[in-house]
Amino acid sequence: MNSNDWIEICRVDDIPVLGARCVRRPAGADVAVFRTDGDRVFALLDRCPHKGGPLSQGIVFGEHVACPLHNWAISLVDGEARAPDIGCATRFAVRVEAGVVSLLASELATLALDDAPDDVAALAVARKVIAIAAA
Amino acid sequence: MRERDPVMKKMKLVMIGNGMAGVRTLEELLKIAPDLYDITVFGAEPHPNYNRILLSPVLAGEQTLPEIVLNPLAWYAEKGITLHLGKAVTRIDRVKRVVHAADGTQAPYDRLLIATGSTPFILPVPGKSLEGVIGYRDIADTEAMIDAATKYRHAVVIGGGLLGLEAANGLMLRGMKVTVVHIAPWLMERQLDDVAGGLLRKSLVDRGLDFLIGAQTEALVGDAADGAGGRVKAVRFKDGTEVPADLVVMAAGIRPNTALAESAGLHCLRGIAVTDTLQTITDARIYAVGECAAHRGIAYGLVAPLFEQAKVCATHLAEFGIGRYLGSQVSTKLKVTGIDLFSAGDFMGGEGCDEIVLSDPQGGVYKKLVIRDDKLVGACLYGDTVDGSWYFKLLREGRSVTDIRDRLMFGESSLGDAGHQGQSRAAAMADADEVCGCNGVTKGTICKAIKDKGLFTLDDVRKHTKASASCGSCTGLVEQIIMATAGGDYSATPKKKAMCACTDHSHQDVRDAIRQLHLLTIADIQRSLSWRTPNGCSSCRPALNYYLISTWPKEAKDDPQSRYINERSHANIQKDGTYSVIPRMWGGETTASELRRIADVVDKYKIPTVKVTGGQRIDLLGVKKEDLVNVWKDIGMPSGHAYAKALRTVKTCVGSEWCRFGTQDSTQMGKDLERGLWRMYAPHKVKLAVSGCPRNCAESGIKDVGIIGVDSGWELYVGGNGGIKTEAGQFFCKVRTSEEVMEVSGAFLQLYREEGWYLERTVHWIARVGLDGIKKRVLDDLANRKALWERLQFALDGEPDPWFEHEKAAVDTRQFIPLIPA
Repeated sequence: MNSNDWIEICRVDDIPVLGARCVRRPAGADVAVFRTDGDRVFALLDRCPHKGGPLSQGIVFGEHVACPLHNWAISLVDGEARAPDIGCATRFAVRVEAGVVSLLASELATLALDDAPDDVAALAVARKVIAIAAA
Repeated sequence: MRERDPVMKKMKLVMIGNGMAGVRTLEELLKIAPDLYDITVFGAEPHPNYNRILLSPVLAGEQTLPEIVLNPLAWYAEKGITLHLGKAVTRIDRVKRVVHAADGTQAPYDRLLIATGSTPFILPVPGKSLEGVIGYRDIADTEAMIDAATKYRHAVVIGGGLLGLEAANGLMLRGMKVTVVHIAPWLMERQLDDVAGGLLRKSLVDRGLDFLIGAQTEALVGDAADGAGGRVKAVRFKDGTEVPADLVVMAAGIRPNTALAESAGLHCLRGIAVTDTLQTITDARIYAVGECAAHRGIAYGLVAPLFEQAKVCATHLAEFGIGRYLGSQVSTKLKVTGIDLFSAGDFMGGEGCDEIVLSDPQGGVYKKLVIRDDKLVGACLYGDTVDGSWYFKLLREGRSVTDIRDRLMFGESSLGDAGHQGQSRAAAMADADEVCGCNGVTKGTICKAIKDKGLFTLDDVRKHTKASASCGSCTGLVEQIIMATAGGDYSATPKKKAMCACTDHSHQDVRDAIRQLHLLTIADIQRSLSWRTPNGCSSCRPALNYYLISTWPKEAKDDPQSRYINERSHANIQKDGTYSVIPRMWGGETTASELRRIADVVDKYKIPTVKVTGGQRIDLLGVKKEDLVNVWKDIGMPSGHAYAKALRTVKTCVGSEWCRFGTQDSTQMGKDLERGLWRMYAPHKVKLAVSGCPRNCAESGIKDVGIIGVDSGWELYVGGNGGIKTEAGQFFCKVRTSEEVMEVSGAFLQLYREEGWYLERTVHWIARVGLDGIKKRVLDDLANRKALWERLQFALDGEPDPWFEHEKAAVDTRQFIPLIPA
């Protein structure tokens, strides 16, 4: 991975404390950038591993965010769902320098592109079809 | 926690006893402090930890021994636990802090955990030591019974309690001729009343068991010449009669196994006496959990309380020093396949009690509910136990049942239950049948989770599968499945419910503290009440925020980051991440220009769905978050708060202005109420309705406040609910003027706002605090009513419309603008 392609996203102050902002990409689902009450910043794909809920809209507590759809707790540090739920949200590297938040352009351009909203819906339909077929 | 020098040796934890409560404590400990101790375990049995509750199904041939192992040997190895199997500890040297086993093995300890369980009570009669006389407690006993069943014909079980009947049933299924000897006047007298005990006996006689009720055992007779040695061959009673017996199972109760603790000088009284932190009262280095421990004089024998103890004990062993075990209430179910019985509390009733009884001997159903001082204090169910958990809940909560007394006997489903097709017997359901309609969980999924993940309690199953985690109406079914699959008893719960895992304080504690200490911020609360987490969680923060702004209006500052997304973005999030927008239509009335603006907005923002709601408004679904602010602006109507724990809508019928039956102007009344109460946040959503005559077209009977116009004035009903459980509103009062309707409704709702727990609807709040008390404070005490009404108006005065006054309403508009990298 090229680690020199940091791209400026916003200032830390542009993100609410214990909140998040969405980063739009030319392709692929949004990326959510979170700010803890200690001003640490994390970035995850804005899709809960459970049903694709927008994590940026959840309540941030400690170093977790609660998905707004079904309240899964997702770790901001590694994207993992808190047990007993199982799943992992894609993580994006974050750099904070002089109060400016940057993400890697290479990651924004390549990570989790196939997980666009429409695909999530399609995936759900596919799963349902498989489930019906299996039954 | 304080740092430990890595080269310093770890502390030593020794556990005596290798059963369910003890090992559960280790599991909890390893979860929170995996590296604190070197752990050594002594088990008298040659087996790893297994599920003792399932010995009965093993005896009955329904399960096998390997299936009931909970922690295989590999688990101990993986966790680095030194395991001494088949070694009974014979001495604890509390001065040198060393335990000694029978074979000479020694283990020094810094902390000692005693979990020696219990031992069967052996009747002190001649012949008790004969071959073929056993207790019923462990794998060895079970194997001895299975073995005897292949060689011998006659078995006698002494004791017609839970354990004895399970043993008798198992032996009978294995082909033995079984007689149950029971000294009390009916079976399971500690769990059942005489009628239910009789039904149980009849059902077991039909299966082929024999009973000798009231018989007093005098001696066990051996097959040696003098009758005093060899193998048992008969049981002799005080009246001189004898029954043949090649196997005698003593199931006349269990006793906490305290011999070792007593010999070490630890105080024992009906068990090893422990404190709320599960430390022995004699020696703080020594802990005791499980059936051997007596907490406040009670030794528990059911899994749920023992696991509760395990959790508390682990936090203290881990040196977190948090959590107190405060005792549990317990209920009983019998694990004999095909027989459903349940009992809890004071099921015998008696002086000062009322009994409600349903008895259908032919159908094999008997239910008795015992009520004292308008509260359910006991229940005994036979044949149909699906409502057991509901009765148990009522019993634990100690709530008044006056309002539901007439329907109490018919169970929770008679109160408007929905979501699982009225299924009441989990055993009759197929694996593919849905148990939990809220979360779409099938019976098969639940069974699999229980087996694969080793779940025991209702809480476990809820966490892992989400079954019964939403509305809870399928709780009874889930419990039946747990019972059948894991043998777990699910029933005991802590007496005081903590708000969430961040604290031990209950909702009431927190509300009280906010008022008494004049706390104004979430951080203040968390500091004053020693929250465990740095900034709470998604469950407590919204509650704390509501408590602050409702207790100290105009003083405490609203914190949008502690609100659920709907209240932060002032729209309802949908499953695809888009939002819905519902503008306010006062009393359900609208105009051509409003409709035109709505239509234009739908076109302009390409809103995919437009729907008329049940609350007489219009819902625009599928709005993108970026568009919300402009949609609100273009529609130009006030926020409908359809997304908030707040006043939603006031539904009205057309009333006397148009309707030929109308007696009152319900639409005007509804509009006045809505204008008077909108922007009112509450513990949960609040819905009102006003009907102009008793035909009640606005469905006032299922609203938080429902108003029905009659010729001479207005009737008010409160606590109605059209949700998961349909609840009809209760009559509150009748008033003459519309001004009184406003004031009474407002005062009632203000009291709810000040006292309700977060996410508690009016119906549940009323059930908790009692309607009579509310009537006293809102209806009888006029000065208090006025004060409540004034406090509400003070709170609502100048409150902003969040769709337009963003800054004043603390709406962070940055959320509507995505960041786009350069």
